[in-house]
Amino acid sequence: MGAAVFAFYLFALSTITGGLFTVLSRNPVHSVLWLILSFLSSAGLFILLGAEFVAMLMIIVYVGAVAVLFLFVVMMLDVDFASLKAEMAKYLPLGLLIVIVLLMELAMGLAVWVPSDGAKMVLGAPIPSDTHNTAALGLLIYDQYFLLFQLAGLILLVAMIGAIVLTLRHRKDVKRQDILTQIYRDPDEAISLKDVKPGQGL
Amino acid sequence: MIYDDLNIIFPEIFLSVYAMVALLGVVYTSKDELAKRVTWVTAFIFILVAFLIIFSEEKTEIAFGGMFINDAFSRFSKIIILLSAAVVLVMGQEYMSRRGFLRFEYPLIVTLSVVGMMVMVSAGDLMSLYMGLELQSLALYVIAAFKKDSVKSTEAGLKYFVLGALSSGLLLYGSALVYGYSGTTLFSGILSNVSTDAPSLGLLFGLALVIAGLAFKVSAVPFHMWTPDVYEGAPTPVTAFFATVPKMAAICLFIRVMYDAFGNIINDWQQIIALLSILSMFLGAFAAIGQTDLKRLLAYSSIAHMGYALIGLAAGTEFGVQSVLEYMTIYITMNIGVFAIVMSMQQDGQSVTEIASLKMISETDPGKAIALVILLFSLAGIPPMLGFFAKFEVLRAAINAELVYLAVLGVLASVIGAFYYLRIVYFIYFGEMPETPLDDAKSPILRTIWTASAAIMIFGIVSLLGVEQMAKAAAFSLLN
Amino acid sequence: MDDLLLEYLPILVFLGIALGLGIILLLAAAVIAIRNPDPEKVSAYECGFNAFDDARMKFDVRFYLVSILFIIFDLEIAFLFPWAVAFQDISMIGFWSMIVFLGVLTVGFAYEWKKGALEWE
Repeated sequence: MGAAVFAFYLFALSTITGGLFTVLSRNPVHSVLWLILSFLSSAGLFILLGAEFVAMLMIIVYVGAVAVLFLFVVMMLDVDFASLKAEMAKYLPLGLLIVIVLLMELAMGLAVWVPSDGAKMVLGAPIPSDTHNTAALGLLIYDQYFLLFQLAGLILLVAMIGAIVLTLRHRKDVKRQDILTQIYRDPDEAISLKDVKPGQGL
Repeated sequence: MIYDDLNIIFPEIFLSVYAMVALLGVVYTSKDELAKRVTWVTAFIFILVAFLIIFSEEKTEIAFGGMFINDAFSRFSKIIILLSAAVVLVMGQEYMSRRGFLRFEYPLIVTLSVVGMMVMVSAGDLMSLYMGLELQSLALYVIAAFKKDSVKSTEAGLKYFVLGALSSGLLLYGSALVYGYSGTTLFSGILSNVSTDAPSLGLLFGLALVIAGLAFKVSAVPFHMWTPDVYEGAPTPVTAFFATVPKMAAICLFIRVMYDAFGNIINDWQQIIALLSILSMFLGAFAAIGQTDLKRLLAYSSIAHMGYALIGLAAGTEFGVQSVLEYMTIYITMNIGVFAIVMSMQQDGQSVTEIASLKMISETDPGKAIALVILLFSLAGIPPMLGFFAKFEVLRAAINAELVYLAVLGVLASVIGAFYYLRIVYFIYFGEMPETPLDDAKSPILRTIWTASAAIMIFGIVSLLGVEQMAKAAAFSLLN
Repeated sequence: MDDLLLEYLPILVFLGIALGLGIILLLAAAVIAIRNPDPEKVSAYECGFNAFDDARMKFDVRFYLVSILFIIFDLEIAFLFPWAVAFQDISMIGFWSMIVFLGVLTVGFAYEWKKGALEWE
């Protein structure tokens, strides 16, 4: 058994374990930690497939950003997770049924898997041996997939506008710092000297 | 070469650039005070782009290595999408600004979603399909929750988002299987790699999952669960948008995927679509009967209408495609009219959507009552309204394709469905006078829109005002 | 293929060591450490009070806004990596396509700035 095969089983096992405990663990914070394990191990699986860039994305985006956001939400959010968990028992049979159907479907689909004759012709070599994985992607994404790349930009723009529109609300009764007015503040107008005569008030 | 490609997607580029320029321009000047004007300008720009497309050269062009197709079919859908989006925007701005939740982002998010829809109907690749769909959906999730102080609107946005994400997952899973089988994501490549006689089981799973994902987007039964809740919870102008524009885009995308990518194995998907269509028609007809809320009722009505549109798709012929396009155009026209009336309904300044509040509006506002009756007759498919001809065409397509059982079931469902439309008509003319009648809606814009919509339902039978020829050309360009 | 994996072998070894060390430390604490708890020692008084309330509570939605905006820009950065790596060989279209992409995101950023989404009042 080579190191690659060993690593595959190690990562596959920990991905599945992580996924399982994400669903099963009682404490939602632990769930997120298991989820992070699952993400990390699938990053390992991607490396075994030769998809280095995707593996790094898994770590940067999913573990670095998404999972941290999840963690933040479950630690802070005012939701009674115990009662949510109790509801789970009700839906477990249905969920298991769907799992079994999907598994059978996967098994049936994969057991008789034959790519079409034309597929082998159009299939490029999955891993070009001379160029680096990330560099190969770089040559494709921005050039050949120009349209998709720009659409991705627009999707991010919509996400940004949407997040701001739906969550931002300005309070009226808060004093804000306005730097420009601070800079343009004229010391002559800020202080006025009054000559107070003795024995008289202002 | 890139310049040719950019030239082909000029309408999309124009709209995106407009959205960004307007976004920055407004946020750096006066923000929400300009909201109304931005909405009008956006509607105007939609109409401008629609005319740009109408008067563009009639030929089939392919951009970005087949990922984007500009043919008569996509031009037809884009024109309908742009024009109906413009009308819905104009219709909703008054309602939204009167209730204080019209912000300048609304028309701009709608613009970006329209860009997504235009990419969807032009998609020539599983990836561009997905990107267009996501751009559209993400924008729609946002506007569903646009009235952020209302719990119902927020709930609608969240439900739509969660179920929409699920359906996107199904679609991706299916696309992955299809890609694995055919080795390419290009529709043209899939079409040539899928053998006609015995496609592999893996491909069929992929096909079924892609259909499930798309059925979510057109809200066909059994993937319709989100529709009533989202329609009820979202603000009425947004509901009017949901019921019209994205439906056109999703149905056209559905047609394009089925014919462009899987046109060789029509027999394999015909049964699935037929089943979806039958379930949608009957569930839409039965579930609408007990509704008391007009928006929920219209949600079920739209589910039923999607069922009829799918009949034309299930037919699997050129005439079938033509009939779906005509059906969708008519459906959108009448739905815009009905929603204009729903938006004008208010009691003591509060907007209401209960069906019971329509009682005896024939006394208080006879013009509106007549328009509503015409539109309801048309929705029910009662001759001589245009809605009848829409149904007639899809049923004829089914019979021509020797799917007689589908046509018979379609007629049956439309008879059942007529009941709930006629119940509303009964309320309008024969109900008892309610204690607080509806206010007199002083909205010339809405009045114009519903009157025009009702007039089209009567006078549109004259060759569907030219839509028939365009739909025919569109269907021809898709299948040849 | 194998060359690529060979480069990652040190990381695998490192992972193994980390895992082993973690397990050893945990086990060592269980085996070697002296433990004789008594009720007083483990009671809450030793380290403060019993919690009065649940730590979870309603909090400002702006925290989410910041984190969502962070994720969006994180994704943008993710797109920059392959571009930077392949920069030497990238075509003119590739170069300008990234500039347009950054332009779109900059529009979003300018909007967000002016809208005050980054301010904390």
